[in-house]
Amino acid sequence: MSLTEQHKKLERNVTLLGVGAFVAVAIGGIVEIAPLFWIDNTIEEVEGMRPYTPLEQAGRDIYIREGCYVCHSQMIRPFRDEVERYGHYSLAAESMYDHPFQWGSKRTGPDLARVGGRYSDEWHVQHLVDPRSVVPESIMPPYGFLADNELEMGDPAARLETLRGVGVPYSDADVENAEADFLAQADPMADPGDLLDRYPKAQIRDYDGDPAKLTEMDALVAYLQMLGTLVDVDSAAAQEELATETGR
Amino acid sequence: MEQLVSRAGLWFVIVIVAVMAAAMAHDGGFAVHMMIVALAALIGLWVSVSGADYAAIAKGILRTPDEGKYDDDPIRWGVLATVFWGIAGFLAGVFIALQLAFPLLNLEPYLNFGRLRPLHTSAVIFAFGGNALIATSFYVVQRTCRARLAFPGLARFVFWGYQLFIVLAATGYLLGITQSREYAEPEWYVDLWLTIVWLAYLAVFVGTIVKRKEPHIYVANWFYLSFILTIAMLHVVNNLALPVSLLGSKSYSAFAGVQDALTQWWYGHNAVGFFLTAGFLAMMYYFVPKQAERPIYSYRLSIIHFWSLIFLYIWAGPHHLHYTALPDWAQTLGMVFSVMLWMPSWGGMINGLMTLNGAWDKVRTDPIIRMFVLSLAFYGMSTFEGPLMSIKSVNSLSHYTDWTIGHVHSGALGWNGMITFASIYFLVPRLWKRERLYSLRMVNWHFWLATLGIVFYAASMWVAGITQGLMWREYGADGYLVNSFADTVAALHPMLLLRAFGGILYLLGAVLLVINVWRTILGHQREEAPMTTASYDEEADRPAVAVPAE
Repeated sequence: MSLTEQHKKLERNVTLLGVGAFVAVAIGGIVEIAPLFWIDNTIEEVEGMRPYTPLEQAGRDIYIREGCYVCHSQMIRPFRDEVERYGHYSLAAESMYDHPFQWGSKRTGPDLARVGGRYSDEWHVQHLVDPRSVVPESIMPPYGFLADNELEMGDPAARLETLRGVGVPYSDADVENAEADFLAQADPMADPGDLLDRYPKAQIRDYDGDPAKLTEMDALVAYLQMLGTLVDVDSAAAQEELATETGR
Repeated sequence: MEQLVSRAGLWFVIVIVAVMAAAMAHDGGFAVHMMIVALAALIGLWVSVSGADYAAIAKGILRTPDEGKYDDDPIRWGVLATVFWGIAGFLAGVFIALQLAFPLLNLEPYLNFGRLRPLHTSAVIFAFGGNALIATSFYVVQRTCRARLAFPGLARFVFWGYQLFIVLAATGYLLGITQSREYAEPEWYVDLWLTIVWLAYLAVFVGTIVKRKEPHIYVANWFYLSFILTIAMLHVVNNLALPVSLLGSKSYSAFAGVQDALTQWWYGHNAVGFFLTAGFLAMMYYFVPKQAERPIYSYRLSIIHFWSLIFLYIWAGPHHLHYTALPDWAQTLGMVFSVMLWMPSWGGMINGLMTLNGAWDKVRTDPIIRMFVLSLAFYGMSTFEGPLMSIKSVNSLSHYTDWTIGHVHSGALGWNGMITFASIYFLVPRLWKRERLYSLRMVNWHFWLATLGIVFYAASMWVAGITQGLMWREYGADGYLVNSFADTVAALHPMLLLRAFGGILYLLGAVLLVINVWRTILGHQREEAPMTTASYDEEADRPAVAVPAE
């Protein structure tokens, strides 16, 4: 039987046609995506990664809400110019707790994967309120309302609990202290408790220049200032670890 | 009567539940959305109570639909919705293009670029394109099966349920409700709603095929079927997420980092592959032969085109993640399949274009055919450009730049837009039983405005993208980077202006579409010279007669 004769069976039976089409479209996804969940060296573990603090996570939620990913990537590719411009290329492990990922697809503005610590808090606040006052060529929208909006806390414990539900390893202590951690990180006068033990390298300070209130600006700047700061990519240990990876 | 009471009761329960959810909502955005749902249910309640034929119910008469006619009401609504959302989407596009050229146009917080860009993409892809797909699929499946729509009530639910999805998605973006997954931004509860609507769509479509009077399922329906099935699969898997609260809008994706990125771009690329390609190819397989009055070029090529296209497309997603932290093997696989995809894409284009064999003169005389031909030409160009850009070394330059934006617009404006406009021009006189369109010359103007708009758009974005890519990687003789990022932004300004100009031309063309459709529905006919302009001079049309010398 010729191809067209055989195909007539499918053309006369919508069940066969539907099942055939579904099988055809399912294969590619299964072969490409499923292995990423069990091939070990998809994400090579590195020292220093930890889940976001409740305040950083709140800042991240604002970053998502405002659609920052539309114009800013968080994925430095391994090219000389990108590494010199933005820093060490991004490692898979650096986004292992990112639900959802924020790699982005377009650079209308620069990459932000390692923007943490590059500018002062004051610069970030000024830049967000009026981008063209610090970068005249900028075409970024203004975000002054963030400094006015008090940070609606909602229920930080519920957010951490949800993230734990999708696989982020928050401890019971992290969830219990979520609200206290949340307030303490933006208030240098408060007692941070064991915040720094549970979240190494967390930065505790008032971010938006207005210690009187906790704003969305505090949270967003806290998030921006920690981006790319957790893993010491240039340390000897990190290089050795990568060199001894199996399968390389 | 009982049926009417229970239907009204159902609407009432939905109103109450939605109002309660709004009152107990954890965030303002969720409350607004629940109020929109309550409002929609109130309208449903009012329509079902006031629209019922009480006299007929009292006499026990059941109105049965006219089995001798196709069920075209949802299609007429769908055509109007396509035109309406098209204008909304193009306007949003022009506005955000101007925002990039003139950042003062950002009106914080609701009208900032970051919130409007998803509004633009969703409006054109899902509202304009989606309505076009649903309307044409209902039209085509009835005609090619010689059967009325199965489940007419469900078909109406699909139409209105889909509009509710659009309204919830669009208002959500302005309110800052987003999952940040490109082309899948709506949050968990809107995703669940769309899943219900989509399964109803599948039921109506397959149900109609099952009751067909033709032994064979026509090729357009293969493409529609694979589009509906695959979008269901992609939508469900990519939107797997855990909501923080059942009374709040926020959720967190089930996947993280690398896995999340590939799941998203497996979805994102195949939203292009199945929503914007397979579904629109189905339109091509019906409307091009109809308008050209020629059978499709090759049946055998249709079979090869269909199976190879749907099998290969799914693999191409990783080309959105070249040189990222995604494992190399997946990137390479994505690149190889993307290059292979060139063949079935052009196979489909050839099948469409060659259908015009023997009718090529119509390209000159029929502006609707000309639109179909141009849409296929743009389909060919963008499916050549796509594989080119998926080659890793090309991608290292093009990725993250405006080149990508230009590429998607040559596909969206050229292929999807043009074939939709042409199909609307085909459908409107038939659906409203008019002798002809209001004006064929207006279609011609629409054609040229849109074509010119696309040329400005694509050309300016090529230049912008390549400029950007080269400036980012430019090194001086001293071994240092030459340009700061801000320098590259400043350099693009003229290109962004030209792009906005192209968008305005395209929008103007669509305004002509609105006028033309409107006047056609009203039954007006513009008096105008016919499109064939080969001149005829009666004086010259006679034999030479010798004139005697005087």
